[in-house]
Amino acid sequence: MAEFRLPKNSRITTGKTWPKPEGKNVRKFQIYRWNPDDGQNPRVDTYFVDMDDCGPMVLDALIYIKNKIDPTLTFRRSCREGICGSCAMNIDGINTLACIYGMDEIKGDVKIYPLPHMPVVKDLIPDLTHFYAQHASIMPWLETKTNRPAKEWKQSIEDRKKLDGLYECVMCASCSTSCPSYWWNSDRYLGPAALLHAYRWIIDSRDEATGERLDDLEDPFKLYRCHTIMNCAKTCPKGLNPAKAIAEIKKMMVERTV
Amino acid sequence: MADVNRGNRPLSPHLSIYRPQLTSVTSILTRITGNAMILAALLIVWWFLAAATSPEYFAVADGVITSLLGDLVMAASLWGLWYHTLAGIRHLIWDYALGLDLPTAEKLGWAVVIGSVVLTLVTLLVIA
Repeated sequence: MAEFRLPKNSRITTGKTWPKPEGKNVRKFQIYRWNPDDGQNPRVDTYFVDMDDCGPMVLDALIYIKNKIDPTLTFRRSCREGICGSCAMNIDGINTLACIYGMDEIKGDVKIYPLPHMPVVKDLIPDLTHFYAQHASIMPWLETKTNRPAKEWKQSIEDRKKLDGLYECVMCASCSTSCPSYWWNSDRYLGPAALLHAYRWIIDSRDEATGERLDDLEDPFKLYRCHTIMNCAKTCPKGLNPAKAIAEIKKMMVERTV
Repeated sequence: MADVNRGNRPLSPHLSIYRPQLTSVTSILTRITGNAMILAALLIVWWFLAAATSPEYFAVADGVITSLLGDLVMAASLWGLWYHTLAGIRHLIWDYALGLDLPTAEKLGWAVVIGSVVLTLVTLLVIA
């Protein structure tokens, strides 16, 4: 059920305001903090970054803060080029990758929160265990029944094209955690990311478990909690469209019964 | 999956920090208009029941429904009806997996919003 209010231990308090550096081009950052060791509620800390001394992306500012202001600020990052999906977080009200989101795209103060409606491990790091388990549940691999070919499973150029716009997903969880349906029902609804992956295998011409895959999704919650709100497509940092993939699955469900 | 130990981990903020999108606002309005119209339907049923009960009771019900407040509720319900109808048509289009690319989906969103207002005004002009 939809629980609109945050639980008691999750309500945000005002945090520390860190000293403002000298410089003309200083920008204000408001960043969600939660420390599992101090027994306190989450808070929002205020930092100031000298933009003349900092790279253009939000991740550059986070690294600037960690290096020069507050080494306790905790976040995930790795590739710094939008291919690993580690630095997904809520920036300026939408979910995206900090490494490929330019600060020039943001008006006013930069507000940064962890991915929405997720258990927080520390600061900007959400616990993605459940999200990954849902991905695993859709069998994200090639399922075959016929004998293995001598060389490889062949696919025509046209059939390969059907995977474009699906295979590029980096599992950053931006889409699923932008989805109000996923906020209220993530225990049973698979969410846009897992369903996009499900569709990627359903329409793979080499896969031979299409029926079983559709059977598994024929469920009031797993698939049909998608109400085409489209926050997923709007927020995807890779420009993919999980809402369309889900609509295609729903269409296949109808087509096989009529 | 449910046995993951979350300990005392806080839940990250969601509704309060997520920026409303055209598609999300038009989506929740579909649900709100759908539910709000139950009120209008009940009012009309009450109006009919009153008509079947007695002339005096009908005068009371008719007085409430044609009062300024009643007119406002009915006009808002009319908009709700048009909005919900157009949003429903948009869902029918989406059920064919069409119009789901973002530019088209957002154009359809504006079409539903503007269309519902225009159709409400036209209907009011026709019946008033």
